[in-house]
Amino acid sequence: MPRPMAPVETSSAKTKVAVRNLNFFYGRVQALHEISIEIPERIVMAFIGPSGCGKSTFLRTLNRMNDVIPGTRVGGEVLIDDHDIYAPGTDVVDLRRRVGMVFQKSNPFPKSIFDNVAYGLRINRVTSSGSELEGRVEQALKDAALWNEVKDRLKTSALSLSGGQQQRLCIARALAIRPEVLLMDEPASALDPIATSKIEELIFDLKKQYTIVIVTHNMQQAARVSDRTAFFLLGKLIEVNATEKIFTAPSVKTTEDYITGRFG
Amino acid sequence: MAASFTNIDRIRRANSAFMTTLTGLCTLLAVGALIIILGHIAWQGIGSLNWQFLIDRPRPVGEGGGIGNAIVGSLLLLLISSVFGLPLGICVGIYLSEIGRGRFGDAVRFIVDTLTGIPSIVTGVFVYAIIVVPTKHFSALAGGVALAMIMIPIVARTTEEMLKLVPHSLREGALALGAPQWRVILGVVVPAAAPGIATGAMLAIARVSGETAPLLFTAFGSRFFPESLNQPIASLTVQIYNYAISPFDEWHAQAWAATLVLMTLVLGINIMVRFLTRKKF
Repeated sequence: MPRPMAPVETSSAKTKVAVRNLNFFYGRVQALHEISIEIPERIVMAFIGPSGCGKSTFLRTLNRMNDVIPGTRVGGEVLIDDHDIYAPGTDVVDLRRRVGMVFQKSNPFPKSIFDNVAYGLRINRVTSSGSELEGRVEQALKDAALWNEVKDRLKTSALSLSGGQQQRLCIARALAIRPEVLLMDEPASALDPIATSKIEELIFDLKKQYTIVIVTHNMQQAARVSDRTAFFLLGKLIEVNATEKIFTAPSVKTTEDYITGRFG
Repeated sequence: MAASFTNIDRIRRANSAFMTTLTGLCTLLAVGALIIILGHIAWQGIGSLNWQFLIDRPRPVGEGGGIGNAIVGSLLLLLISSVFGLPLGICVGIYLSEIGRGRFGDAVRFIVDTLTGIPSIVTGVFVYAIIVVPTKHFSALAGGVALAMIMIPIVARTTEEMLKLVPHSLREGALALGAPQWRVILGVVVPAAAPGIATGAMLAIARVSGETAPLLFTAFGSRFFPESLNQPIASLTVQIYNYAISPFDEWHAQAWAATLVLMTLVLGINIMVRFLTRKKF
């Protein structure tokens, strides 16, 4: 007996990211086919799908991180706040300031905890005074739920932290420059369950301020954390809808097969 | 069945013991050769080594004298060559690792590799042609440039290798924060590789401190303490050469002592490199 569904709310929220007919090539191999999707602001959007379906590749097109890989080609449009980020003359450095990214394996710099979080602030010359910088670093670490654990040892090496703490440090580092969109590529896949649940709580808090796109291969995580979910397969977007609807009454059979574990 | 397994086992163990002994003997041979060389130098040289020897300049046979000016000269030449060679070498290394891609980068890498193999006397003759001949005199500057030209390819390659060891995820992390590429390189990648780059630089200095041939036609040698960079200058290596081929026993003894000093200098640099780059961060 299907329970009544809440109506899908898309029109009320403003669209932050709009992708139109995106095609992506690694050399001759086409990795993404005609992807079109709209991501409203201040929600958590999850990308799910089996390994190799292109969800990480697609995530990386949103802040043009694929530009650093030689031989890649992009067709179509990615509009953030109605500006196509692939238009010639786009300031990619500024784009990456506005669209932050947290990677699957935490990658803190071999510097102190403070210098890690301050790095983005320093290079973007966000603050000039020392006390203002310290204030921003403290705020970022609090936002990432790491402040209490490290406040007494900000000058020690970031590499001395545990895996979960390092990942939260990377999140703090990304949040310090106050991006508008936060992209998270399987942020908890290398972490134990307790650290994972801390990250998930964090995401829940963060979506009040940021638009978050999270790639995850863990469907339960997607169901717990996200408002909307997009299912990818073999480089194509199969279905996108409110999370509740995707996981209880998906419209496409392939989605249902994936959700119920028939493949992937 | 069980008997044949035991046999195979026995053969395998005998093989393993044989190879272990063989590699052990080879190691002893190699290390032993080094120890014999060092020991012989120390034994031969220690007799003539005294404080006066280290601070005095060479004097005619029978009047004693020392290698003070050669020590100062060698250090000065190392300084000049480092000033020219290290920045250039490190920059080439950064280019090869971070920026140069495709055919041009491959061509540069090939040229650098070839340059590491050029005989040092050829470098000396080259610098003779481009600096000594136009300026019409030997000089410390020419000697420093010759040593720098030997240093640059070595430093470039070790710098490149060290930069390549920095994990790509660090570069991506910095790029994702809105850093332009030059900031990523200078602010994250090079500092992360800094201990390795410093090791490479110091090893290049140690290597170059033992060069004799390129100095023969550039710095030439001198009996006096250096006063200007535009004059010929003494160096430990050339001094040892001059003393060793002379017909005087007294100078042979001084050559041995100078060799001991040079070996100590090189060993000292190597040990300092090891000490300074022990794991910290």
